[in-house]
Amino acid sequence: MLELRNVSKVVGGKTHLSDISLKLEHGTLNVLLGPTLAGKTSLMRIMAGLDVPTSGSLWFDGQDITGVPVQKRSVAMVYQQFINYPAFTVYENIASPMRVAGIDSATIDREVRKTAELLKLTPYLDRTPLNLSGGQQQRTALARAIVKNAKLVLLDEPLANLDYKLREELRAELPKLFAASGAIFVYATTEPSEALLLGGNTATLSEGRITQFGQTIDVFRQPADLITAQTFADPPLNIITIEKKEDLFHLPGDITFAVPADWRGMEDGSYVLGFQPHHLSFGPSEKDLFAMRAKVIASEITGSESYIHLAFANTRWAMLAHGIHELNAGEIVELTLDPRHLMIFDASGKSVTPRQKLAA
Amino acid sequence: MDKTWNNKAWFMVLPVLLLVAFSAVIPLMTVVNYSVQDTFGNNQFFWAGTEWYAEMLHSERFHAALLRNLFFSFIILAIEVPLGILIALNMPRKGWGVPVCLVLMSLPLLIPWNVVGTIWQVFGRVDIGLLGRTLSMLGINYNYVQNPLHAWVTVIVMDVWHWTSLVVLLCYAGLVSIPDAFYQAAKIDGASRWAVFRYIQLPKMNRVLLIAVLLRFMDSFMIYTEPFVVTGGGPGNSTTFLSIDLVKMAVGQFDLGPAAAMSIIYFLIILALSWVFYTVMTNYDAER
Amino acid sequence: MARIELDHIRHAYGPNPKSDADYALKEVHHTWEDGGAYALLGPSGCGKTTLLNIISGLIHPSHGRILFNGQDVTDLSTQERNIAQVFQFPVIYDTMTVYDNLAFPLRNRGVAAADIDRKVRETLDMIDLASWADKKARGLTADQKQKISLGRGLVRSDVNAILFDEPLTVIDPHMKWVLRSQLKELHRRFGFTMVYVTHDQTEALTFAQKVVVMYEGEIVQIGTPHELFERPKHTFVGYFIGSPGMNVVPVEIEGKKARFGGQVVNLPGAPDMPATKGRMELGIRPEYVRLGREGMPVTIGKVEDIGRHKIVRTQLEGQEIAVILAEDEEVPADPHIHFDPKGINVYANSWRVALGE
Repeated sequence: MLELRNVSKVVGGKTHLSDISLKLEHGTLNVLLGPTLAGKTSLMRIMAGLDVPTSGSLWFDGQDITGVPVQKRSVAMVYQQFINYPAFTVYENIASPMRVAGIDSATIDREVRKTAELLKLTPYLDRTPLNLSGGQQQRTALARAIVKNAKLVLLDEPLANLDYKLREELRAELPKLFAASGAIFVYATTEPSEALLLGGNTATLSEGRITQFGQTIDVFRQPADLITAQTFADPPLNIITIEKKEDLFHLPGDITFAVPADWRGMEDGSYVLGFQPHHLSFGPSEKDLFAMRAKVIASEITGSESYIHLAFANTRWAMLAHGIHELNAGEIVELTLDPRHLMIFDASGKSVTPRQKLAA
Repeated sequence: MDKTWNNKAWFMVLPVLLLVAFSAVIPLMTVVNYSVQDTFGNNQFFWAGTEWYAEMLHSERFHAALLRNLFFSFIILAIEVPLGILIALNMPRKGWGVPVCLVLMSLPLLIPWNVVGTIWQVFGRVDIGLLGRTLSMLGINYNYVQNPLHAWVTVIVMDVWHWTSLVVLLCYAGLVSIPDAFYQAAKIDGASRWAVFRYIQLPKMNRVLLIAVLLRFMDSFMIYTEPFVVTGGGPGNSTTFLSIDLVKMAVGQFDLGPAAAMSIIYFLIILALSWVFYTVMTNYDAER
Repeated sequence: MARIELDHIRHAYGPNPKSDADYALKEVHHTWEDGGAYALLGPSGCGKTTLLNIISGLIHPSHGRILFNGQDVTDLSTQERNIAQVFQFPVIYDTMTVYDNLAFPLRNRGVAAADIDRKVRETLDMIDLASWADKKARGLTADQKQKISLGRGLVRSDVNAILFDEPLTVIDPHMKWVLRSQLKELHRRFGFTMVYVTHDQTEALTFAQKVVVMYEGEIVQIGTPHELFERPKHTFVGYFIGSPGMNVVPVEIEGKKARFGGQVVNLPGAPDMPATKGRMELGIRPEYVRLGREGMPVTIGKVEDIGRHKIVRTQLEGQEIAVILAEDEEVPADPHIHFDPKGINVYANSWRVALGE
């Protein structure tokens, strides 16, 4: 188990990481999700032993490894750029960590061929990386990380420079590769959809802090606070500030909704409502649904679905609707929202848990 | 502490520390020692305090040499930097021409100073030198031994020939790191050749230019071998730069005290001027 | 703005191309409408960037002509074609202010100072950077820099087309949404002819009115996002568009029936069979596969819950069939699938064949 205890990193007066505590188990895939400059790479460098935290400590299987340099740890890393030895063949690239470790050639040969097969690199073993496509180059780098048999494998946006479709394919394969090895995998990404496809656990990062850590789908469905919900939403989370007074939510523009039963216990005051774009639907109000009107800014068709950019009382919302909806800008549309999918955050940004979930 | 530490790393830097101690610190201290004492031979030393420094700072001979040095460095920078940029801009970016140009550019850099001096000394001779003969056939009475202007021109041409390549190579490295998209965008924006240079190439080169200017300044300020070999500081004192004067004083006249004081002053001037260059250029860079 | 005609264009990078394989771009012959928003979509190496560079004038095609509004521009330089281009990595003049960056193309063309000021201010408003006018461009974020590169094109009133070469590569996911909707908005208001190169299907489909799908140097389909989704002309389009892509199953066709393994699927119509009967396949998107208690029995592989829906990987007769389930739907205990006839396409040698009555 890799454990980070209150790790902070300050560089030149700027806080890159602040008070991070994490426990990562063997054989798990852990996603670090956050926008550029949230601290993902800084955190990985500390996990790898390339940097030392300004304060706090790192523990691996009960041993303090805070100051131990990277050469003495069992770590493999894959970067966004495809980093291979340009003069070596794919075979020698994959073999290189084992050669350094002084493993006999027969074992090396067996391991290289096995890993190459797993990553569909067998036909290219005799080529040099520069004669390969980007996807194949990154597979080579991944293969090298896997044969190293490290206890900790760090992947820093490994698919960011690949084509969309290739990314989709590798994303599906990676969790299988990880599951087999028993190492701790840490995977940094800026894309919420990538975290969801990978599954495993997710830690959301914002401005150098971990805002939540847990099973990926749980973090997505039940974010602990507004920042987490916003970090973990693509398209962006729709939000609106409301006032709760007794049994009513007051929205801008004199719209009121009856507070759903689950939320009745909330104190009066100012709150932020949040909901995912696919939870908005068209149509006249039905019982127990929130109904409102918004102005269309633009609509985009993805083939089977439509993204509609909306303006509602000075805020911008996105809506993801099934089917083809070509709407003209400026058009007013009727929308409904099922309150079951609401997320409510208090003035400090913390999530307010509905009564029903408290009971469960 | 930012990086993980490794005790072995200290062993790695130990040889460098020792080398620096032997090559720089110890000699420097020896010089400091000489500069505050007087000696009449026989290893007899008398405390002289700052006397030599005061003498040096008021010596007209020193002032004249210093002025010559400043003027020389100024001319060298004024010629080599623009010329280097111009050549770098016109070098091919791809194809077989690249290695050819790079090798041609590196050649002068590989030749030792005194050999450069000897080459040009022979080259400039009126009786057998290619340059000297050509000039005299053209009716120019070229004689660096007697004409101070000719002597200066010879030393400057020598230095330009020897060192412009360094500026070229540094600028070229800066230029090739500019992505193609910048040139394409400039074409689309209808930018002139000058605008491309002013707004794309120069800003991308300014870091390497800083290094080039610093290196060329320090080196040209310490010029010794070429004038020593070719002109010997003459005619008269016209090419007697600080370094040549220093050697004359220390070796020729055996005035160790004043020579040591002069060395220290010389050293401090180079340090101070380099620092000024560096700060001015990095500040300029940061402001933009 | 201009109508762009690509007249029998072919391009090879090497000299003396002989076979088709020597061409990075095989024959392209199309007309793109004035004021249209087109996306060139395809994997790396499909020729989309080559085609873009031919339009911008950075590459002279080996064969064929290119016309803007009927005028042959094949031999004109990039400058003379009056186009604007936004590159993958932001290209800005970082020693200049935002204002000067936008004024640069106009100053180069000797436009009068008063006109420059008016155009620059207009453009700054268009790209939402008015309050940044006097800031140095180098301190801006990646998305602001991309807006400046776009602005340098918009500022010229006479541009024929605006070309985009994977412009959102270095932009964070959240900002991609904002930038995309701003682009859409600009297109709607000002009707620029836009050509957008990308490998990202979401970007292509949401941006363009017409998506041009390219594969191995050829255009395999030009269509609206809806057409590409519902009726992919080639199995590659089916695979490349959609996440996950279309399920493609080898079948035997007998009249209005498709047979594979022990299963029979009723087709909405009898396919027009090609003269030489080739390799036949049935394509169906995961969105049109229904998972329930009736139909063909399947075993369930992996279930990926990706938040707004689930992707279920099922096995049918040794074939993987992906199915999309809504957020709150569950996988039934005794799973069967059937294909919604609306979503069935039949392919002969990878090209779609029409289904008759």
